[in-house]
Amino acid sequence: MIFGVYMATAIEKIISSAIGRKVYSGDFVEVPVDFAYFHDGTGPLIIDVLKEMEVNRVFSPEKIAVIFDHAAPPYNDQAATLQAKVRKFIREQNITKFHEIGEGICHQVVPEKGYVAPGMIVCGADSHTCTIGAFGLMALGMGATDMAYILATGKTWIKVPETIRIEFKGFLKKGVSSKDLILEVARILGTDGATYKVLEFTGETVKKMSQSSRMTLANMAVEMGAKTAFIEPDDKTMEFLGREGKIYSTDDGVAEIISIDSQYIDPKVAIPYKVSNVKSVTEVEGEPIDQAFLGSCTNGRYEDLLEAAKILKGRKVRARLIVVPASKTTLVKAMKDGIIDILMDSGAIIGVPGCGPCLGVHMGVLGEDEVCISTSNRNFIGRMGARSSKVYLASPQTTAASSIEGKITDPRRYLD
Amino acid sequence: MIISGRVWKFGDDIDTDVIIPAKYLRSVDKSIWPKHVLEGIDPTFSSKVKSGDIIVAGKNFGCGSSREQAVLAIKWAGISAIVAESFARIFFRNGINNGLLLIECKGISNAVDNGDVIEINLNEGIIKTKRGILKYKPLPQFLQEILNSGGLVEYYKKKIKGSAP
Ligand code: SF4
Repeated sequence: MIFGVYMATAIEKIISSAIGRKVYSGDFVEVPVDFAYFHDGTGPLIIDVLKEMEVNRVFSPEKIAVIFDHAAPPYNDQAATLQAKVRKFIREQNITKFHEIGEGICHQVVPEKGYVAPGMIVCGADSHTCTIGAFGLMALGMGATDMAYILATGKTWIKVPETIRIEFKGFLKKGVSSKDLILEVARILGTDGATYKVLEFTGETVKKMSQSSRMTLANMAVEMGAKTAFIEPDDKTMEFLGREGKIYSTDDGVAEIISIDSQYIDPKVAIPYKVSNVKSVTEVEGEPIDQAFLGSCTNGRYEDLLEAAKILKGRKVRARLIVVPASKTTLVKAMKDGIIDILMDSGAIIGVPGCGPCLGVHMGVLGEDEVCISTSNRNFIGRMGARSSKVYLASPQTTAASSIEGKITDPRRYLD
Repeated sequence: MIISGRVWKFGDDIDTDVIIPAKYLRSVDKSIWPKHVLEGIDPTFSSKVKSGDIIVAGKNFGCGSSREQAVLAIKWAGISAIVAESFARIFFRNGINNGLLLIECKGISNAVDNGDVIEINLNEGIIKTKRGILKYKPLPQFLQEILNSGGLVEYYKKKIKGSAP
């Protein structure tokens, strides 16, 4: 370590090496940003703020990516007009890491393209930027003004956060996925149990898990108020990114440790309207649903489609099933491997890669009193449509099984 | 500085989807945001709120999305301050960055009722309510500076560009 003996959390070490001095939780510091990204939802406001700041040039175009995922393709003329405004900005600023509608969700595309690496400080103008904390870097979700400041200066201010360590021991049972683990964490911590803190996920279960499953864990850290998530990188991480990075590990300074025995976790469901309203699927089985959504930055990856396909193979859905792959790469691979065929044979429809109906503006908006089971991350009032509609959050397996029966269903019935 | 205003009281976990649903975000006309502010909780809120009013809320105010429109909708509706038991992190940053006064004050929920008038003394870090006086921890110096500048844009112009009005 460059500072001699410095026992600290991985995040404290990342910040320390970025600014060249030891820091501890609670310190306010300005840090350089190694990579920044935003999407079509936050872009227009960022551009307005840059204008107000009278900034003509962004700090470093090659360190910036823009991904069109939220209204992809645009659902009305206003959304289209705002996208045109962002495209113009991108051309003017020579931002070449631009991904058009249909290429996928920002938090999926950024690591898939290898834009980021372990040890970096990365800021995204989206609350689920914490997803890429699964790559051993410090990922910070921010609003438009913060992002404009970063684009202008290449820097941002932060309060050095404390770390809560979540240790998962042992193995996952059949029909249980990392989504069920993170829903259990939400139940334990509540919606504000990690506010301003980092959730670091460790333990045997996490080591054995795929990089995609780790992203599901990291993705939902913000639902407990966390500043971000962190998972120590390994070979799987580097393979996903197609590049190496600096590995930081936590050796001291953790504020709290929560230990969870993974083998006792069963499929979970988050009941409306709180992400922490988590119950075992057996407690809510039979609740009728109108729609099932398989997708989003939480669970729209290849392995999620694959797990759902295993359950749906040779069966028909009763509740309409909307599948939106997290990226074009995901869609193409699932197509080549015959997974899309299986899903479509079951009655699923496939949407353009992107956020899909997750944010309740297009591609599967819910009407009054409609109920949806979804693999996404938020079940707030009106999140996916009408105020009286309801969203239950669950794993791809539970979502697939539920769409077959038209009601919330334990996926273990479909696995032998 | 002392500010006082009429209180609109809300509970815990007021999320950005109820503050301003995503369907209004993709709008070229920004005046639409304050018109729909907090519609998810109270569809008539925007017609009742008056300039200078204060929001009092429970834990985790502003949780959810990074959408800065949530802050702008509240600010442009005329709200002068939000006093909450705690704020969600991104909302807090967005608020300060837009010059919206945010105060974290433990116990505020139990100290006031909807429609009360409260008085916030910024210099002393106290809030006067009908049930007594509450103390809160003022913002760190650095954030105070951003807030006093009127937000991060003005702060940037003053500090970095040295061209403040
Ligand atoms: S998929 Fe949903 S949660 Fe993820 S970035 Fe898109 S809108 Fe946000």
